[in-house]
Amino acid sequence: MLNNYLLLGILPVLSIAAILVFIRFLKGPYTLDRVVSLDFLINIGIGIIAIYSIVTDHSAFLDVAMILALIAFLGSIAFSYYLEQRGKQ
Amino acid sequence: MTEIIIMAMTSVGTLFILIAAVGIVRMPDFFLRLSVTIKAATLGLGFIMGGTAIYFLEFSVTAKVIAIIFFLLITAPVSGHMMGRTAYFTGMKLWKGTILDELKGKYDRKTHSLTSDGDDPSERTPPVDEL
Repeated sequence: MLNNYLLLGILPVLSIAAILVFIRFLKGPYTLDRVVSLDFLINIGIGIIAIYSIVTDHSAFLDVAMILALIAFLGSIAFSYYLEQRGKQ
Repeated sequence: MTEIIIMAMTSVGTLFILIAAVGIVRMPDFFLRLSVTIKAATLGLGFIMGGTAIYFLEFSVTAKVIAIIFFLLITAPVSGHMMGRTAYFTGMKLWKGTILDELKGKYDRKTHSLTSDGDDPSERTPPVDEL
């Protein structure tokens, strides 16, 4: 019951959300739009990993989610820092 | 009973993430897109992680989940502020329906320093934190 609901109800919706964000990632008129989309894509990935760890009953996947959260933060900070420094004198 | 709680929490979290995803496609302006993403996605992920913690009900998993949620709550405002700041400095256009831009004329476009009311940003000496 729970597994079927998560597999057939939750994961498709999260995938649709990922596709929508990926549209913005491809379209995004500015580089910062792409940075925000990348951040959000990784966040959706964390959610998918959490759901998947419930479905497969393995809690070890949550380590991956934690590392992904770290990398998303570092990535967006680095991107925006260097984009800011580019226009500075 | 536990299953119903898990279903409810993951459903609410997924709905928030879906709404944020629709928002990031449909919003007309970078700053609106940024605010939609940062807020809604953090709340949705918090709900999904809470559902995971309730499903496993182990100390190690709950500690990991709390660490992830805490980390997201700490980092989301920092990275959001950083990206909004960068967007304002690099001259991102505001939406045409924006009625108030309180930072207008208070940031120096060249030295990226903030001035208060009344000062002329171009006459101000840059901060000395680059030493």
